[in-house]
Amino acid sequence: MAVTLTVNGKTQQVDADPETPLLYVLRDDLELNGAKYGCGVGQCGACTVMVDNEAVLSCVTPVLLLEGRRISTVEGLGTMEKPGPMQQAFIEQQAAQCGFCIPGMMMRAQALLQANPTVDEAAVRAHLEPNLCRCGTHMRIVKAVMRAGELMHQSSQSGGST
Amino acid sequence: MVRAAMRAMRFLTGLAILLVLGAGAFVSYAWHSAIDPIDPPSQASFDRTLVARGADLAAIGNCNVCHTAPGGQPFAGGLGIPTPFGTIYSTNITPDPETGIGRWPEAAFIRSMRKGVDREGRHLYPAFPYDHYTLVSDEDNRALYAFLMTRSAVSAAPPENELPFPFNMRMLLAGWKALYFREGPYQPDTSKTAEWNRGHYLTEGLSHCGACHTPRNRLGAEKKDEYFAGAEVENWTVYPINVNSPAPIPWEADSLTFYLRHGWHEHHGASRGSMAPVTANLGSIPEPDVRAIATYVADVMGRPSQERIARGEAALATVRKESASPLALRASSTGSGIGEAIFLSACQGCHDGRRSVPFGGLNLHLSSAVNAPNAQNIINVTLFGLPAAKGEPSAIMPAYRGVLSQDQLVALLDYMRERFSDQPAWADTRERVAATMNGEREVPIYRMDGTTQAPPETSMRTAPWP
Amino acid sequence: MTHSDVKNPTRRGVLAGGGSLVVSFALLSQVLAQEGEVQGASPPAEPRPKLPGSLAGDPFLDAWIRIDGNGKVSVFTGKAELGQGVKTAIIQVAAEELEIDPATIRLITADTGQTPNEGYTAGSQSMQNSGTAIRHAAAQVRDILIGQAAARWQVPIDQLRAENGRVIRADGQALDYGSLVSAEILHVEATPQSRLKPADRFRHMGKSMHRVDIPAKVTGAPIYVQDMRLPGMVHARVVRPPRPGATLVSLDSAEVERMSGVVAVVRNGSFLAVVAEREFQAIKAMQVLEMTARWSEGTKFPKPDGFIQSFKNLPSQQGVVAERSQDGVAAARTFQATFTRPYQIHGSIGPSCAVALLENGTTTVWSHTQGVYPDRAAISEMLRVPPEQVRVIHVEGSGCYGHNGADDAAADAALIAQAMPGRPVRLQWMREQEHVWEPYGPAMLTEVRASLDQAGRIVEWNYDLWSNTHTTRPGPAGSLIAAHSLPTPFQPPPAKLSITPSGNGDRNAVPLYAIPNMRVIWHFLPEMPLRVSALRALGAYVNVFAIESTMDELALMANADPVEFRLRHMEDPRGRAVIEAAAADFGWSNDPLPEGRGRGFAFARYKNLAAYLAMALELEVERETGRARIIRVASAIDSGEVVNPDGIRNQTEGGIIQAASWTLYEAVTFEENGITSIDWSSYPIMRFGSVPERIDVRIMDRPGEPFLGTGEAAQGPTPAAIANAIRHATGKRLYDIPFRAENVKAAIGV
Repeated sequence: MAVTLTVNGKTQQVDADPETPLLYVLRDDLELNGAKYGCGVGQCGACTVMVDNEAVLSCVTPVLLLEGRRISTVEGLGTMEKPGPMQQAFIEQQAAQCGFCIPGMMMRAQALLQANPTVDEAAVRAHLEPNLCRCGTHMRIVKAVMRAGELMHQSSQSGGST
Repeated sequence: MVRAAMRAMRFLTGLAILLVLGAGAFVSYAWHSAIDPIDPPSQASFDRTLVARGADLAAIGNCNVCHTAPGGQPFAGGLGIPTPFGTIYSTNITPDPETGIGRWPEAAFIRSMRKGVDREGRHLYPAFPYDHYTLVSDEDNRALYAFLMTRSAVSAAPPENELPFPFNMRMLLAGWKALYFREGPYQPDTSKTAEWNRGHYLTEGLSHCGACHTPRNRLGAEKKDEYFAGAEVENWTVYPINVNSPAPIPWEADSLTFYLRHGWHEHHGASRGSMAPVTANLGSIPEPDVRAIATYVADVMGRPSQERIARGEAALATVRKESASPLALRASSTGSGIGEAIFLSACQGCHDGRRSVPFGGLNLHLSSAVNAPNAQNIINVTLFGLPAAKGEPSAIMPAYRGVLSQDQLVALLDYMRERFSDQPAWADTRERVAATMNGEREVPIYRMDGTTQAPPETSMRTAPWP
Repeated sequence: MTHSDVKNPTRRGVLAGGGSLVVSFALLSQVLAQEGEVQGASPPAEPRPKLPGSLAGDPFLDAWIRIDGNGKVSVFTGKAELGQGVKTAIIQVAAEELEIDPATIRLITADTGQTPNEGYTAGSQSMQNSGTAIRHAAAQVRDILIGQAAARWQVPIDQLRAENGRVIRADGQALDYGSLVSAEILHVEATPQSRLKPADRFRHMGKSMHRVDIPAKVTGAPIYVQDMRLPGMVHARVVRPPRPGATLVSLDSAEVERMSGVVAVVRNGSFLAVVAEREFQAIKAMQVLEMTARWSEGTKFPKPDGFIQSFKNLPSQQGVVAERSQDGVAAARTFQATFTRPYQIHGSIGPSCAVALLENGTTTVWSHTQGVYPDRAAISEMLRVPPEQVRVIHVEGSGCYGHNGADDAAADAALIAQAMPGRPVRLQWMREQEHVWEPYGPAMLTEVRASLDQAGRIVEWNYDLWSNTHTTRPGPAGSLIAAHSLPTPFQPPPAKLSITPSGNGDRNAVPLYAIPNMRVIWHFLPEMPLRVSALRALGAYVNVFAIESTMDELALMANADPVEFRLRHMEDPRGRAVIEAAAADFGWSNDPLPEGRGRGFAFARYKNLAAYLAMALELEVERETGRARIIRVASAIDSGEVVNPDGIRNQTEGGIIQAASWTLYEAVTFEENGITSIDWSSYPIMRFGSVPERIDVRIMDRPGEPFLGTGEAAQGPTPAAIANAIRHATGKRLYDIPFRAENVKAAIGV
């Protein structure tokens, strides 16, 4: 059964059962790796993506909810050659160990910063509560998100696009 | 719950009446003398056994819930409660001499509980539920006093209440008291058992269950003729806990005891919304007091009819069947359309009853929420989820606020009501969904451990719904 | 039926690819590098001059470094990237000694088809073993190339220098490395001595280099085994029994086989799995299979209440870890206590995963295992094929923190692949499978009795610990879950007590402090009612917790400042240095703190032979709830010569947070019928709202000193510093991990 999805700006038809969680469509059909399977029940945030600029847990979101919605994954934030501000900040702060949780962290943070790039650290921590990291990279993740906010803010001030 | 009581105050239209009554009642209720301040007594001067008993009583009374601001020190007050007239801030009840109750003698504390006036003799707003606390015995009040006076003193003055004239005139409260306040202490019913009386005393007194579970009139007083008939508090629906309890499996003293102590029961689900801090508190006190409360409340609910028992057993049988076969839930589905599709793909994975609550989702055949008079609680839980407690095992439910559209949520709710309840369809679902999504209905989110999310805006979307 | 013999040296033949001029090399021995963690490992084959690091196991230079005709350098390590940043550090070391640009290095990590056998990537030994080997190999390769150039130019070597991939002579003429290598010149054994670069000439070592793996990780590049997509790949899920030891009594798989996309239901004895074309189809099929499979009862778990306390009464063997005595000291005061720690999980965020392919008689397994060679041995034994017919290639997974489900998932995939010849099988565990089936960090109970003399010096130390082994890693097939379920099941090998310098359950059981009379005993518990294995730091986590909690109590008895008291007993200057540095950075003092706040200090040298770490922290206990929250941490670490300072900092911050999570919140829960902590709601870990406001890590650089293992150095001191701070904040000592709010509240009372 075909479902039409718009992912990272590209609209495409996917042959998937509409009840399939977005996570598996992203990974197995669209070959996007950013969203990870962590728990499958919305407890860890490793699968976080954005839908219309909101952080969404792709492992518990069936694709039937998503026709006509804008889905973004970490692949949509930039590339290794041209990293976006969020990615740039995570590289700058070396905010990863195993890195498995990181794309989910970045997407949840992206949703926050797109709405307000100048949030304070307490808000970042509160906002990231649904996402787990086991390596203990939290301090760096928070710093990277704050830094990404700066980069996004600068870029919006200078009229650039993020 | 106190905080709920404050929010439930609705005396806008009764203002004129109050003004008249206030003048009339001035003589009988208005005047109380100040009680002289004391030097704060040393913590060591309190008997440890008394303090320990006070700790249990304070938990039963949920003092911490209103007298703690999000992220603030326990009992230091400062929680802002929006009312139709403005915001009332809870007071600091730590023994700080300047900003707390450090200079209150025991007699002043007991008087405040019994009569609803502060040390200086001023009327307190009934947001402080002295209409219940008046029943508390002197002995228990002494224990509560000993407990509070041995807390860490926190210097924190709550902000001034934001109540415009004339609501800031405490004299009006004399009229309110004349109408609705009947001074205690509790008088036992000798025809009942000791446990029932203990339960009645706690339920009506410190626990002040009726503050949320009994609807209020326009003057903010509980409607005595609609005892425990349910209400709406902080945009959470408070279920009736009388004969009209919507629980598919009728509550019994045993199940209620378990629920109140653990915050969940396999046939009823997990405590959330404004009830979460209550069950978190009751988890720490001795079982007999909780059982006494449960015994009394179960008595108020009454013995369920044979028909209701039969319906409960049928629901349980369905649940057992569905949990034994993952395809049964789908196969027995009767609805159609998008609501069903959403439920089967997004909800049933956890709510198929294969794993017991609190870590598994409740099979909705057992849900009070789908049988409630409106969809508000399911709306809240679906949109905002159940956030994880801090470092303690707890139910977690993911929030769907980021993805569900109004139409999708309404369709889902309609399907759930049709599928899991034999009650008529909800009338105001779309309106409630819209008001909750656009923030008009502000929903505080509690973790199962009773803590709230701070800052509270994290429960909301980062942007308006598309 | 062929059983491989893991003790036999293995030999590898021709290596394909890369345009390498050197086409063969030898892997001579099967030294399992993870000392103290491995049972049944064979000793080094024969005595030989001691070569540095893992060169002792694989002395040929071309086992480690190869250079092709274009000068392209390939570096081979038997260690694996686990998120600890080892790839970056090894590249830094190799680039430094080879005098090349780090960006030009091709690094090949753990692969039984390509790399040396360095046993496990565990025990914080990658830099000690592999880093050291590669550093020496790189230096020797560089000197061989310089020697080649010297011969070609007929000039003395002291007139030549290596720079940026070329050998340059005084007049500026240069030859690049590619033109200097020839067929066999690197196929020589390493010598014990190398001309290592002095620290003052370092370009890369000692400097924070950005991790080479992070750009891929933040852009969604397919770098994890979970991300592998091979042509024709199918998705598999296993169905485990309700309890260990349960066998499959009956199965009606007809319904499942009819499900959309299902390719096969694989049953092999009591091993049960389902294979489907698409991943979500496999999951749905697994759920139905779970409901329809009928199992025998299996083995009951012990009753949880009082189980850890009962350790003292279980059958045990005694191992003397340390014993020393001097006469002439009179004990004036004694502290005595019992400390416990529950079973705890590794809790990788990504459940274990593997891809396996049976093709032309060879089973290739891509796995995030910590030990490709031992895993190959176990899998080949399980499949009853010679080791040569199994190739295990490491691909990164989610961080493992020890022996998690990786090896078991690899075995599952390998077994399923036998039923799907020619089709790659991707097998991933579900969250609850990881929580229930991964081997746990063992619960432990320890007793300490320590005495002070009149002058406030420790004169006597008695320490008893009760613990299972902390290692049931592969090697034998019986260590794999899948192998337990085969028609002819493999049994887990019996655990053996072994006392080694780096320790196991007894790791760090011996205080590093100067104490004249000491007796440390490991009461080894051979029975393992819950499956256990290596969790980061092994026994050091609880042993340091007990030792450093005791140090604070003794300091109180001696009326001494905890930091001063430690220094009073610390003779090792490097130990003293980290203690002083952490105290200074923290601003350690005896000034009063706000009510509810406390300071805590702790120190350990990991394994008593790796990195030194001291930390001070401030925390707040909410008296009314017992909720403890760490405010700030200052730590100091001495890892020997520093390769990547930011890497050390990252590992240390992470270790502190992870160990804080273990300590404050974590315990496996079980009942007789099974494990009940099966996800993040029933087994909570630290979330963002509870992490400290600040963590500082000071690195004590020790140029010229050997690399010291870093990755687990914080795990022991963290629980002790937390317990000491809670003691300071509340006056109550906590002995039993975890310090959940209700436990702290129970200790402090109203």
